[in-house]
Amino acid sequence: MAVTRETAETVKDIEQYKYGFVTDIESDKAPKGLSEDIIRFISAKKNEPEWMLEYRLKAYRYWLTLADEEPTWAKLQFPKIDYQAAYYYAAPKREKLASLDEVDPKLLETYKKLGIPLLEQQMLAGVAVDAVFDSVSVATTYKKKLEEMGVIFSPISEAVHKHPELVKKYLGSVVPYSDNFYATLNAAVFTDGSFVYIPKGLRCPMELSTYFRINEKNTGQFERTLIIADEGSYVSYLEGCTAPQRDENQLHAAVVELIALDNAEIKYSTVQNWYPGDAEGKGGIYNFVTKRGACRGANSKIMWTQVETGSSITWKYPSCILQGDNSVGEFYSVAITNNRQQADTGTKMIHLGKGTRSKIISKGISAGRADNTYRGLVRIGAKADKARNYTQCDSLLIGDKCGAHTVPYIESRNPTATTEHEATTSKISDDQLFYCMQRGMKQEEAVSLIVNGFCKEVLQTLPMEFAVEAQKLVGISLEGSVG
Amino acid sequence: MSLLEIKNLHASVAGKEILKGVNLTLEPGEVHAIMGPNGTGKSTLSNVIAGREGYEVTKGGVLLDGKDILAMEPDERARAGIFLAFQYPVEIPGVTTSAFLKTALNAKRRAEGKSEIDAMEFMKLVKKKTEALGMPYDMIKRALNVGFSGGEKKRAEVLQMTMLEPRVAILDETDSGLDIDALRVVSEGVNSLRAPDRAFLVITHYQRLLDYIVPDHVHVLANGRIAASGGKELALELEAEGYAKYLNAAA
Repeated sequence: MAVTRETAETVKDIEQYKYGFVTDIESDKAPKGLSEDIIRFISAKKNEPEWMLEYRLKAYRYWLTLADEEPTWAKLQFPKIDYQAAYYYAAPKREKLASLDEVDPKLLETYKKLGIPLLEQQMLAGVAVDAVFDSVSVATTYKKKLEEMGVIFSPISEAVHKHPELVKKYLGSVVPYSDNFYATLNAAVFTDGSFVYIPKGLRCPMELSTYFRINEKNTGQFERTLIIADEGSYVSYLEGCTAPQRDENQLHAAVVELIALDNAEIKYSTVQNWYPGDAEGKGGIYNFVTKRGACRGANSKIMWTQVETGSSITWKYPSCILQGDNSVGEFYSVAITNNRQQADTGTKMIHLGKGTRSKIISKGISAGRADNTYRGLVRIGAKADKARNYTQCDSLLIGDKCGAHTVPYIESRNPTATTEHEATTSKISDDQLFYCMQRGMKQEEAVSLIVNGFCKEVLQTLPMEFAVEAQKLVGISLEGSVG
Repeated sequence: MSLLEIKNLHASVAGKEILKGVNLTLEPGEVHAIMGPNGTGKSTLSNVIAGREGYEVTKGGVLLDGKDILAMEPDERARAGIFLAFQYPVEIPGVTTSAFLKTALNAKRRAEGKSEIDAMEFMKLVKKKTEALGMPYDMIKRALNVGFSGGEKKRAEVLQMTMLEPRVAILDETDSGLDIDALRVVSEGVNSLRAPDRAFLVITHYQRLLDYIVPDHVHVLANGRIAASGGKELALELEAEGYAKYLNAAA
């Protein structure tokens, strides 16, 4: 199908990474490299209290001892990262803005290109956005309305000042500073991120959202998100990510901590579309992220949904610690890898409380020369009577040069627990493609339709406005994958 | 100008010649039936017209409105108005019949320079078409062809055909696996689409279907060629006497 391939490639060149633009804004950077001085610099820039600086330094000193402990167990290949070659702080100049009117118009233009509803008139959509541009939260929309209800939704740097008791109590309580190489690095150098607190009994009436964008060259992005749902509350949180197109690899090592108290529920959705590198694997984001939620209270629930289409490498395992009796953890994932992308992603469900339940639905799609691994752990502790897990891992292959791997670990220390694991691997068949094309669909459109059908179960867990974007993204990220 | 013209068509599968010079002309408004025993190239003919991979055309041409379509991709042919009702419709897991229909319809509308159909208009249209075919509306909420019975699959094919309103519709053994009620419904769907500017190529094994879809012309395909052509009475003759004399004659 030579004609189609040509068409596809043309389209790919035009369309492939439409978020790959750079915004020309003067930025305020820390000197290159990592040292105690840099950490003091970051802390000073943020005007942080002493305890916060101490936390960072403790993490940094610990990180120094981990030099040989960068994780190597994932099915990922990449050259050793030179941590001294990156910038750990970059902020667009001009900070501390009173209202959206003061935000640099160039920034607003960037967000407009990204399709974020940042402007007041667009907020009717019911999405409150905390936008993080490189290292600083630019503007938090809808703040006032949320404040009136007792919701705290702010940059974490601000929460450190305004709500130190909450930050002190919960920061690092789910992902300790000593958790793993990247999380430790994050604890030392994190520059911003979101902080959310939902008060007792409140069902947060709007979706809270953060949009991350890496703009500066050679910067790492180390955001830190902390969400606390107090007893009987509910919140749905969305994050979207993009980055400009660059030849160098850039590191993104975020940490997200969720805490759900008694009867609380947190729904956390991610659409990750960082720059994946070019077709030959040059450039792209290393997305090394630690996300974990603790269902601390009885009957609490945490639900992760992720749509991972970007990044040259994804290393990510959003997990749930099911401490409270009858608490529930769910993980829905779509991971798409094309060209030379690699993804090693999955979840951990740690059952500690009685009657805890977890569900894992993972859809991996691999095309080009990409490698896609599902890695998951279901651990059932001795006290988790009648715990239940259901895991379903489906892989879809497009072409014959890509790989799909499933690595499930199941450990049960309680004989009353039940675990189920189902896995399938399939290919898009020529018959399916021909059938769709015979109905007038272009090949790319047919692939997108079939793949969207394959991931439907996951996509439909996304909030409406994200689901539509995600469906389109599925199509775009696979363009040129069949020829 | 003829609507579809098949000229001295030779085609091979894996190096083996299956079609050995097929000539056939469909005028607008006509229904042609192609009959013949198994393995004589009936399905090859429909697949070659639709542009399926794996079939090599070694000689001859297929012309739609006088223009050769053999260099076109399957989707371009479809948008030009060629529709194939499959003998074995393919399952598309997770994709509702409704979503599939909408995507196909919009592909066609875009090619015609029209805007995409709006959701309400689409629902109304589907409702009308499913009712006409005696199909439960709920069927469009199910993943296309997944878990469909033989009859449901064929109805879904006809539903797609009535939505897309092709210029040339090829029915590849649409009657296979249908009970008499399903056969009637499917035939009514086809008959309702008969129009002065549209032509049908009905490929079948049995005369039975032609009681419901009455053809203008009947052809016998044997050993890769049209061995005989006639009116609808030819189908009755074949039913009574079988294909032996054409196979022997051709061999």
